[in-house]
Amino acid sequence: MTVLDPKPLLEFRNINTHYGAVHILKDVDLAIYPGELVCLLGGNASGKSTTLKTLLGMVTPTTGEVVLDGEVVNDKPTSYRVERGITMVPENRRLFKRLSVKENLELGAYLRNDKDGIAEDLERIYGMFPRVKERLSQRAGTLSGGEQQMVAMGRALMSRPRVLLMDEPSMGLAPALVETNFELIQQIHKEGVAIFMVEQNANMALSIADRGWVLQTGKVVLDDTADALLQNQDLRAAYLGQA
Amino acid sequence: MAATTSAKPTGPTPVKNKKKSVFQTNNWVDIFLTVVRLVAIGIIGLGFTLFVIQQATGEGLSSEALRNLIVAGIAQGAMYGLIALGYSMVYGVLGFINFAHGEVFMSGAIAGWIVSDTLFKNGLWESNFIVSLLIVLTVSVFVSTAATILMERIAYRPLRESPRLIPLITSIGVSFFMQNAVLGLIGPSSKNFPALPEWLSKKRGFLGIELEGTKLLVLFVAFVSMAGLWFFVERTKTGKAMRAVAEDKEIAALMGINVDRIIITTFAVGGAMAGVAGVLWGLLFRGVSFLTGFLPGIKAFTAAVIGGVGNLGGSMAGGLILGVAESVGPLLILEPLGIPGVSQLKDVVAFSVLVLVLLFKPSGLFGERLSAEDRA
Ligand SMILES: Nc1ncnc2c1ncn2[C@@H]1O[C@H](COP(=O)(O)OP(=O)(O)O)[C@@H](O)[C@H]1O
Ligand SMILES: [Mg+2]
Repeated sequence: MTVLDPKPLLEFRNINTHYGAVHILKDVDLAIYPGELVCLLGGNASGKSTTLKTLLGMVTPTTGEVVLDGEVVNDKPTSYRVERGITMVPENRRLFKRLSVKENLELGAYLRNDKDGIAEDLERIYGMFPRVKERLSQRAGTLSGGEQQMVAMGRALMSRPRVLLMDEPSMGLAPALVETNFELIQQIHKEGVAIFMVEQNANMALSIADRGWVLQTGKVVLDDTADALLQNQDLRAAYLGQA
Repeated sequence: MAATTSAKPTGPTPVKNKKKSVFQTNNWVDIFLTVVRLVAIGIIGLGFTLFVIQQATGEGLSSEALRNLIVAGIAQGAMYGLIALGYSMVYGVLGFINFAHGEVFMSGAIAGWIVSDTLFKNGLWESNFIVSLLIVLTVSVFVSTAATILMERIAYRPLRESPRLIPLITSIGVSFFMQNAVLGLIGPSSKNFPALPEWLSKKRGFLGIELEGTKLLVLFVAFVSMAGLWFFVERTKTGKAMRAVAEDKEIAALMGINVDRIIITTFAVGGAMAGVAGVLWGLLFRGVSFLTGFLPGIKAFTAAVIGGVGNLGGSMAGGLILGVAESVGPLLILEPLGIPGVSQLKDVVAFSVLVLVLLFKPSGLFGERLSAEDRA
C-alpha cells in the first residue's frame, strides 16, 4: 500500500521494561516507517500502553534501544521526542478538563514558536472539526465523549507530528461515533502522518491499517500485513471472534 | 416508618428514597452536624439581630468606627490573601501544603526591615520614598523567592514520590529551621520598620471615605500584585503550563512541558507574593520578628481553605473575608451577645469562620469538589 522508506521513523531494538520487579515487555522489536498506519493488538494487560509510553519516554526501558529517526533516545526526555515529531493521543483522551478547549489545543503546540504556523494549524483543525470551533471557550471537561476525542486529536496534531501514537481511540465512544473516529484517523493518515494505533476493535483497526503486531503478555507473537492478520485463523479465534 | 422503606429489598422508586434520606438519616454524625450548624446559625443570627437593634437605638458603633474596622479588615485581609495564594498554588500543582510558607512571608518581612532601616539611616526613605519602597519590595521579593526555591530543591523535591505525610512533616521542620535561622541572625527582639513619611501616612479622602494613606498604599500594592499574578496564571504561556501541570503531570510532560521547572516556578511565584505581603505587613504594623510568620501563616492557610485551597480567586477572596470577619466580627456578633473583652477575640473569630465554612461547605466557598479522578 505505502511505499516503505528504507529508514524507520521509530524503532524498538530488543526492548525490555519492568514495573518494579514485574517484567512487562520482553525482547520487543518494532519498526514504524514514515507514512505508515500500523496497529498493535493484544489482550488486556499485554503491555500495549507500556509500549507507547516507552516510545515516548514516559517509561524507561531496562534494556534495549528506543530509536527515533536513527537516533537512540533512551536518555532523552519526552519533550525532546515530541519536538522531533512524535506524540500521542493517550488512553481515555486525558484532556485538561479545567482548561478551555482553545487552551488544550494551544498546549499541543507548547514547544513550537512559529506563531503563524500555529495559527494556520488551528484553522486546519477547526476545518477538520467544526464542532470544536464552536466550543473553544468552553471547559474541556464539559464536552461530550466524541467532542473530547476530537479535541484530543486536535491537541496531538498541534505539535505537527510525523508519527502519532493512539491508545485505544475508540474506547468509551458511542458505537455510532466509532466509525466516524476511524474515518478521522484515516484522514489524518492521508495527510502524511504515520500512525501507530492500539485498538481493541481489531477488525476495524486492521481494515484501515497497513500492518499489525500482536502482543501477548509482553511478547510480539504475530507481525504481519493487515490483510494477512485478518485472514489468520488463530487471531480470528482469539480477537476477532466476537466482531 | 423509616424501617419499612429502608428494609424493602428492591425499591422500585430510588428517587423517592434518595429524597427522603435527608430527613431519615440514622447517621449520628449527620444529626450532630446538623445540630451544630443550626446552633451556629442561631448564635450568629442572634448576635447580628442584637447588633442591628443596638444600632437602631443609637447605642452601638458610630458608622465611622464601623467603616474604619472594615477598611482595616480589608487591608489585613489583602495580606492574608497574598500569602494564601502561595499555599494554594503549591497545593494546586503538588497536592501538598507547605507549612513553611508563613516563614517565607517572614523572611520577606525581615529582609524588608533590613533594607528599609538602612535606607532610613542614609536618608533616602524620607527624601525619595517611592524609590525606597521599590528597592525594599525588590529585595524582599528576591529573598522570599530564593527561600522557596531553595526549600523546593533541598527539602521537597527529593520527597516528591514519598507518601504525602512526609513532605508535610518536612515542611514543619523547614519552618522551625527558618525561624531559628532568623533568630540567630537578628536576635529575638522585634524590629521596627521606619515610619512612613508624613505626606503618605496622613488621612485622605478616597471614594468619599477618610482613609489612612498607609492602608491605601497596602491596598494598592496588594491589588497590583494580585492582578499581576492573575495575568501571569491566566494569560501567559507559563501560567497555562502551570494549570496543565496542576491537572495532569504526565500529560503536561507529553505536551513538552518541563514539569520540574513549572513546579519550581509555582513555588517561586507564591514566594514572591509572600515577599510583597511581608513588606506590606512591615509598613502597616511596623514591628517584625522571627515569629512574625507564625500567626499570619496559619491565618492565610485558613483563608486558603475558606476560599477553596487550590483555587486562586477563592484564596484571595478567602483572605479578604477572613480579614474583614476578624476585624468586624467581634464587635458585630460577640459584643452584642454581652461577651466581655471582645477585641481580644480576633483569632477566635478567624478560626470560627474556618469551622463554619467547613461545616457548610467542606470544599471551601469557591472550591470545586475534587473527584478521585482529578486528584489521584
Ligand atoms: N505504572 C505502573 N506500575 C505498575 N504496573 C503497571 C503500571 N502500568 C501498567 N502496569 C501493569 O503492566 C501490565 C501492562 O499494562 P499496560 O501496558 O497498560 O497493558 P495494556 O495497555 O495492554 O492493557 C499490566 O499488568 C499493568 O497492571
Ligand atoms: Mg492500555
